[in-house]
Amino acid sequence: MDTRIITALEVVLVVPAVLVGYILATERLISLAHGKWRERIRPWLWLTPAFVLLTAFLIIPTIQTIWYSFHNKDGSQWRGLDNYAWFLNGAGLESLINNVLWVVFLTVGTIVIGLAVAVLADRVRYESLAKSILFMPMAISGVCAAVIWKFMYWYQTPGTTQTGVVNEVITKAGQSPIPFLVDSDYKIATFALIFIMIWMWTGFGTVILSASLKSISPELLEAARVDGASEWQVFRKITFPLLSSTIAVVSTTMIITGLKTFDLVYTLTANGSYDTQTIANEMYNQYFSFSQYGRGSAIAVVLLLAIVPVMLFNIRRFQFQEGIR
Amino acid sequence: MTVEERAPDVKEDPNRNVASKSVLKALRRAPVHVALIALLFVWLIPTIGLFINSFRSVDSINSTGWWTVLTAPSGLSLDNYRQVLGQQDLGSNFLNSLYITIPATLIPTMIAAFTAYAFAWMKFPGRTWLFLILVALIVIPLQTTFIPIGRFFSNFFGTNINGSFLAVWLAHTAYGLPFAIYLLRNFMGSLPREIFEAAYIDGASPVTAFFRLALPMSVPAIASLVIFQFVFVWNDLLVALIFIGGNTDNQPLTQSLASLVNSFGSGWQYLAAAGFIAMIVPLLVFLSLQRFFVRGISAGSVKG
Repeated sequence: MDTRIITALEVVLVVPAVLVGYILATERLISLAHGKWRERIRPWLWLTPAFVLLTAFLIIPTIQTIWYSFHNKDGSQWRGLDNYAWFLNGAGLESLINNVLWVVFLTVGTIVIGLAVAVLADRVRYESLAKSILFMPMAISGVCAAVIWKFMYWYQTPGTTQTGVVNEVITKAGQSPIPFLVDSDYKIATFALIFIMIWMWTGFGTVILSASLKSISPELLEAARVDGASEWQVFRKITFPLLSSTIAVVSTTMIITGLKTFDLVYTLTANGSYDTQTIANEMYNQYFSFSQYGRGSAIAVVLLLAIVPVMLFNIRRFQFQEGIR
Repeated sequence: MTVEERAPDVKEDPNRNVASKSVLKALRRAPVHVALIALLFVWLIPTIGLFINSFRSVDSINSTGWWTVLTAPSGLSLDNYRQVLGQQDLGSNFLNSLYITIPATLIPTMIAAFTAYAFAWMKFPGRTWLFLILVALIVIPLQTTFIPIGRFFSNFFGTNINGSFLAVWLAHTAYGLPFAIYLLRNFMGSLPREIFEAAYIDGASPVTAFFRLALPMSVPAIASLVIFQFVFVWNDLLVALIFIGGNTDNQPLTQSLASLVNSFGSGWQYLAAAGFIAMIVPLLVFLSLQRFFVRGISAGSVKG
């Protein structure tokens, strides 16, 4: 039998047994302690496995990455802010611009389309079917989405039969086909990739916004209509403001998704060709292709800094929720 | 809905009134249906196209669009699937995806369960602060950990484990924990306090309360979490690229698929079939467990 199966089976059986054994063993250990000490020791023993893993794989590495970012290629010499200067003056600028495009268009796209569908689907009987269809791409990996859209964006030279849906539509409309994925003019390739991500994430926006939409009291909307407000006024003056906190939540998710975008660029434009470079892809390049630990780390820190505001927003929101509880 | 719509003329024949009203209503709804159905159509087309192409030969894929099949169905066969599954590589990549995903789902969920219980129902100093750090860790970009962990793995208690399953299991377990603990702690924290107090009065230990009460009552949240983590790891490309890297024996489907997309050489003709096989697992999970799926994915969407 394949040794990989045996290893995987061992892990699936042994690790859970060890974890349950750990909890039972700590309880034995705790029973040796005196009265109130038991209640004091127990939580820490229960937290230990998670703490060890999080410290070893998230906290310490993050600190080390910050440290590396001020050093040279292999981390042996202090270089101050050199890596950051290199990033902001060179290849990094393109990635930063592209990531701004990703964040802006992805966020606006998913929220506008997501909200439109949530509002429209609320009025039809096939609402749940509509939401399921829209949510389905969320189940698909970035790589599979890349495969799907490789065929969608397929380009054949003008005059020959088009094999991709998008270019077939364009030629039928009398325009010449566009080589979407290899066209850096006007950042066409980048926008083509962003649209794929919108296709993937709109269902998420719809589901979250729709849930929030349904929590608005129908009496409130009806009262406005009785008072003579038009449908558009009801949406703009009542529905939209009441949805604003949900829109903020969806936005933070989309901002993070836009900042961390990697899979589509890696798969469809050979990790950043045709003017599609992003922060995450550039970091992969520096780390993997060039073994530039210092530069790679600096790029990772830039990404971290971009995400810190969202982190703080999440913490605030959590504190607020806990306050309500 | 505008004002005039609410003003039915009572003097008219009631039957006629109802009929004309419903026609009017349907007409007013027409743009809604048209817009919605058009959008759903656009959303479905790409996947349908891939599905149809996966049954076509490489020559027909290259010469005509997949939609031609709709009017003149011909040349469809299961050959691509036979090739993909028969080909050692992709079959073994599929198994690798399973080997990676199952432990990387099971282990973080278990650890998160008792950690979440401790956060929800045990008192200790610094509980709030530690939990806030956890909330911050949920969104931390994985990129900030790759280089140090790669170095750590290259000398992991004396051996180089880069490229092994162990490396991705450990990485996914740690990366999955913050969100897993967060989700389960919020759910367990919302369980009624009286149940646990009653159990303690009856002499139950926290271990019993955890295994007999908290765990069974948290099944909905655990289901959402398991589905989220499973789909996340199954669909992951980045972590596999970093920690499996060039070790072709252990590469998951996403990795081999990504290299297929980039090469127009060997295997390109199977791309559509291979892509469909790679998405069939998460799609089945989505279709069969939609409620948990939507809940889990929506809650975990911010995760790094």
